[in-house]
Amino acid sequence: MTQQSNGVLLSVKDLVVSYGAIRALHGISFEVGEGEVVTLIGANGAGKSTTLNAVSGLVRPSGGEIRFLGRRIDGKPGHAIVRLGLTQVPEGRRPFLGMTVRENLQLGAFNRPKSEISETMDRVFKSFPRLKERLGQTAGTLSGGELQMLAMARGLMARPRLMMLDEPSMGLSPILVQEIFSIISEINRQGTSILLVEQNAYMALRVAHRVYVLETGEVVLSGTAAELRESPRVKSAYLGE
Amino acid sequence: MTGTRRRLSPGWLALIVTVLAYAALQTLMSTKVINPYWQQVAGLAGIMAVSALGLNLVYGYTGQFSLGHAAFYGIGAYASALVTRSLGPSIWTLLLGIAAGAVIAGLVAFLIGLPILRLRSDYLAIATLGFGIIMKVLFDNSDAVIPMMGGSAGMTGIARLTNFAWVFVFALGATVVLRNLVFSSVGRALVSVREDELAAEAVGINTTKYKTLGFTLGCMYAGVAGALYAHLYAYLNPFNFDFLKSIDVLLVVVLGGLGSISGTLVAAVAWTFLLEGLRVALPASIQDWRMVIYPLVMVVFMIFRPGGLFSGTEFGFLKPRSARRRT
Ligand SMILES: Nc1ncnc2c1ncn2[C@@H]1O[C@H](COP(=O)(O)OP(=O)(O)O)[C@@H](O)[C@H]1O
Ligand SMILES: [Mg+2]
Repeated sequence: MTQQSNGVLLSVKDLVVSYGAIRALHGISFEVGEGEVVTLIGANGAGKSTTLNAVSGLVRPSGGEIRFLGRRIDGKPGHAIVRLGLTQVPEGRRPFLGMTVRENLQLGAFNRPKSEISETMDRVFKSFPRLKERLGQTAGTLSGGELQMLAMARGLMARPRLMMLDEPSMGLSPILVQEIFSIISEINRQGTSILLVEQNAYMALRVAHRVYVLETGEVVLSGTAAELRESPRVKSAYLGE
Repeated sequence: MTGTRRRLSPGWLALIVTVLAYAALQTLMSTKVINPYWQQVAGLAGIMAVSALGLNLVYGYTGQFSLGHAAFYGIGAYASALVTRSLGPSIWTLLLGIAAGAVIAGLVAFLIGLPILRLRSDYLAIATLGFGIIMKVLFDNSDAVIPMMGGSAGMTGIARLTNFAWVFVFALGATVVLRNLVFSSVGRALVSVREDELAAEAVGINTTKYKTLGFTLGCMYAGVAGALYAHLYAYLNPFNFDFLKSIDVLLVVVLGGLGSISGTLVAAVAWTFLLEGLRVALPASIQDWRMVIYPLVMVVFMIFRPGGLFSGTEFGFLKPRSARRRT
């Protein structure tokens, strides 16, 4: 768990996002370093998805700055940000339900050269062997856990430097949650940095190196996962201890 | 090399069948077994097919709901008629006219689409509805600016330069082009936008670009169809490019099945012949009932066959090889 380097991949400073008159983020700041798993935990409505959507260009921030590999990316459209090596696996998985598993994966590699697709696919199947058996199946016929795997695999097809996951555990059985989180750790070990957003703080704290706690659009606590596991505030509000 | 006979690929087989069918139809037409009236109906069916293939690209594949398809059809019709009337009737001016119809319809679609398709919403339906109404008004009053266009009295003096053969060739071409497009990676990007726009953007697809592309190309199809129509019918009346005509095409696309080329082709031909059949078989007064029959057909289909005739599938010969093997 000590692959952290000094290289900063993503840095978010004073990020403000408003939906009309409602301000969802009140100027939050955080960083993700090369090789890290960083998690944002927070209750429903805290602003976790808003944060990821702002970083990935799906919503427009109204203030602050977002840098990826040192370059400003706030205000850039989503598809351009993917090309830089930053991919989001959206909340609710959002697979292309009418398409086959293969087509979903091919779309994940939309901006990559065609020649590398089959090699990337083989690499992705090492983490998700179950998808290989279902290549020709329509995504709509997959189970919830398989859909989460498909969404993550589709994200990996873009060969991101940093992958952002929005509540991968949502709606899954405890065993599947375990499986998904161990895959996340494995993906990280293979060199992809992870920004993980979770309501399931218990699991998130187990895989993350560093943690930010988000409450109503503000970062109220941050530190290493080990530190926050001992924090009374985190214990009572998020771990139910 | 071994004793087994090589089987003809479905694509070649389809081409041979198409050519044979065309030859048979052409023979029946030139021997007047199919009289000129029904020849024209067959032409209209082909024109409907071209136009509806375009709308299927816009709505069926890309998921953008347009209510103004007939306006682009009208633009193609008037633009091409102006070209052949000003430059004199010939095959070359006809081809130029068709190209002009396609390009101008596409250009207008691009200019409308660019600002509106940026928005992740159903504004396109409202915008195209409005655009269709505006175009109808412009066609009605066109004689004020270009007397040749005839305004609400209609445009006359257009040479009858198209016939069934022309329409057939263009419909065939339109089918082949669309088929190759939708099964390419561009086609997959278009469908991904329909399936889930946010997810498409999240995998790195420039959704605005692809929506605009789908809409522009689809409207170019309408432009081509309009140009063919102008030189088959030899008379243009603004009445033929109003909102109800847009609904006509929409109906064909929905009945055939969204995202199915086969469905659009079958529905375009069936619908055109059904309407003409009704016109011949029933007393004139029943024409007024069309607007009752339309929604009725729609409702019945939505209940019993919500995916349309083809529910997003294709005839085998239209599928790419990989998809054929799988099924
Ligand atoms: N599209 C939207 N329009 C208006 N308000 C929104 C929208 N999306 C989220 N919000 C509001 O922003 C706040 C943060 O939401 P969100 O980022 O989805 O939280 P989380 O992902 O942590 O559950 C909530 O109060 C939510 O109601
Ligand atoms: Mg959320």
